[in-house]
Amino acid sequence: MKRIATAVAAVMLLSACGGDPLSGGGNNNNPAPTDTVVVGSANFPESTVLAEIYAQALAAKGIKVSKKLNIGNRELYFKGVQDGSIDLIPEYTGVLLKYVNKEAPEVGPDEVYTALKKSLPQGLTVLDKSAAEDKDAVVVTKQIAAQYSLKTIEDLSPYCKDLVFGGPPEFQNRPDGLPGLKAKYNCEFKQFKALDVGGPVTVAGLKDNAVQAADLFTTDAAIKANEFVVLDDPKNVFAAQNVVPLINEKKASQQIRDTLNAISKKLDTKVLLDLNQKLASPDKPEPEKVAKEWLASAGI
Amino acid sequence: MGGWLFDPAHWSGPTGVPVRLLEHLGYTLVTLLIAAVIAVPLGAFVGHTGKGGFVVVGLSNALRALPTTAVLILVVLWAGLGDFPVYVALVLLAIPPIMAGTYAGIRAVDPVAVDAARGVGMRESGVLLQVEIPNALPLIYGGFRGAALQVVATATIAAYTGAGGLGRLVFDGLALQEFGQMLAGAVLVALLAVLVDLGFAGLQRLTVSPGLRPVGTGGKR
Amino acid sequence: MTWIFENWDRFWEVTEVHLRLSAVPVLIGFVLSIPLGWLASRSATARAILFPVANILFTIPSIALIVITPVLIGAKILDEINVIVPLVIYTIALMVRSVADALASVPGHVTAAANAMGYRPLRRFLTVDFPLALPVTIAGLRVATVSNISMVSVGALVGLGGYGQLFTEGYQTDNSAKVFAGLIGTVVLAVLADGLLLLLGRVLTPWARTGR
Repeated sequence: MKRIATAVAAVMLLSACGGDPLSGGGNNNNPAPTDTVVVGSANFPESTVLAEIYAQALAAKGIKVSKKLNIGNRELYFKGVQDGSIDLIPEYTGVLLKYVNKEAPEVGPDEVYTALKKSLPQGLTVLDKSAAEDKDAVVVTKQIAAQYSLKTIEDLSPYCKDLVFGGPPEFQNRPDGLPGLKAKYNCEFKQFKALDVGGPVTVAGLKDNAVQAADLFTTDAAIKANEFVVLDDPKNVFAAQNVVPLINEKKASQQIRDTLNAISKKLDTKVLLDLNQKLASPDKPEPEKVAKEWLASAGI
Repeated sequence: MGGWLFDPAHWSGPTGVPVRLLEHLGYTLVTLLIAAVIAVPLGAFVGHTGKGGFVVVGLSNALRALPTTAVLILVVLWAGLGDFPVYVALVLLAIPPIMAGTYAGIRAVDPVAVDAARGVGMRESGVLLQVEIPNALPLIYGGFRGAALQVVATATIAAYTGAGGLGRLVFDGLALQEFGQMLAGAVLVALLAVLVDLGFAGLQRLTVSPGLRPVGTGGKR
Repeated sequence: MTWIFENWDRFWEVTEVHLRLSAVPVLIGFVLSIPLGWLASRSATARAILFPVANILFTIPSIALIVITPVLIGAKILDEINVIVPLVIYTIALMVRSVADALASVPGHVTAAANAMGYRPLRRFLTVDFPLALPVTIAGLRVATVSNISMVSVGALVGLGGYGQLFTEGYQTDNSAKVFAGLIGTVVLAVLADGLLLLLGRVLTPWARTGR
């Protein structure tokens, strides 16, 4: 009997070591008390560093913040925004608009923003947009661009059927993905390879010629580092994509709005390029640190 | 799921279900082959000589603790995309059960039989190949079948780094939030595992001496 | 390795989550597998149903089960239960056979003696059968635990915590040091858990230690 008691105690000790289930903060995925703002991010580094910036700025103002970073793509995390698991997440106007309204025709930054505000489901809203823009783009290597004399996606369209395209799996379905390229440029690729979300795998895929064209983000440091060529998009398959905070209206207190709007004022495309450059630097700093440094330098 | 799975469009072309099934089967069989080449001689040698059993068990346990996802990612970051990282990760996964099964099988061979073989003048290699291994086959097969189940299930993860196989259905389904596709992937993996296991069971029936089959009802299998 | 030291807070936070997400399913799954295993050890029909089902369950890819769970149980997508339920299922699938084999291996003459001494069924189970079945059960528990610890990482693919977060983040930023840190964490956790269970087994079965 004594041995059984010892064993039970040991087992309980082991499970108790699992941590306090009520500890807030950090990526522990437990329901946080209701006055906490849960900040989420998508599954790519730029989204994470933006989320860190929002979170740290709010925390500095004394607001209770809990982070759930690196969740997945919008198809996955948007459910979390809708069911209240996530209160705040950095978003991009154009893509988000196309997500909530597939047929949305707007392309310019202001029209997209206005249309977005109108199209979001009840209970969700976006705050002020920033000048910072990060668009999806069709990217090719310098060699391919030279080989086919490519400057725009239009130049690429006659060759699409012989080429392999790489991008995140969702690119196959999104209206501003393969279907958009087909509709506006009559470009249908020979094959689509599901790689990652504009990350190292996609970059490697381009370099190794596993894919001849790929979906990368315009602020990706790898584009300059590898001398990739971003093809112009005259027919605007990719609408304006300004960084904007998507927030649960119930949690959007005036203080939070002011803090986040102040950040949006300071964000521009150059800042995004800079942040991505830092994240990709050889010593691979953590997004938390990069965000902290930027907030300090921006005087927030 | 029925909707996605029974849609004929999903069965044709270079990314159709049959292609993914074959890719997945390919990963499994090649992995088992490579793992066998490494694990069977190791397990047999240690089992036969009786020395280093501790190493076999320790190595087995250590490899079992390796998270396959991490190994896959590390090899991709180091060696690039393609099938090589998939094989490294899956082979490391398959080695422990095969090695442990071989080792256990050889250790469990009736010492009387081994002694008799030596008594009639067989060389050590003969003892190993003609007495120990044939007698150890049931447990060796057990190791292979256990490994096969794990490999089939885990090969699904390879799709995370862009590889093919049924995992593509699961990950693409996840990215597109298409549950039909995801379920189809999961069900097909389970089905493939059952088929591979049946295949091994058939092979076992053919190659294992009838004298070694469990007598009477049930047995441990 | 240096990543761990430089980012100790994050590493520890991730470890806590991973530990919780592996320990809870092992405990729940173990407890639930005892009655099922008991049934399988007593009845050939139960065995004929439970064992194949367990085998098949184990071949369902963890990522698929983790993603389907919120739909099946109506949980929110980021709830931890979405990882706990699949892992409980896998643990039961693994442990049912262990428990069944373990109970079946209890020598018949011992249980007969206990019955003859007047032990009631439940008392006999708790104080005779179960303790004697412990060695084999714990062997199964060790495999289930290490397996769980490895599988928790898959949850990161849908945003859940644990060392898997370090894998996915490291992958996205081409940071092998981070992935490696998570790998070390996982292996160390597995080795520690395995060792702990081994020790527990030794402590609980003093009679097995005599006469090596």
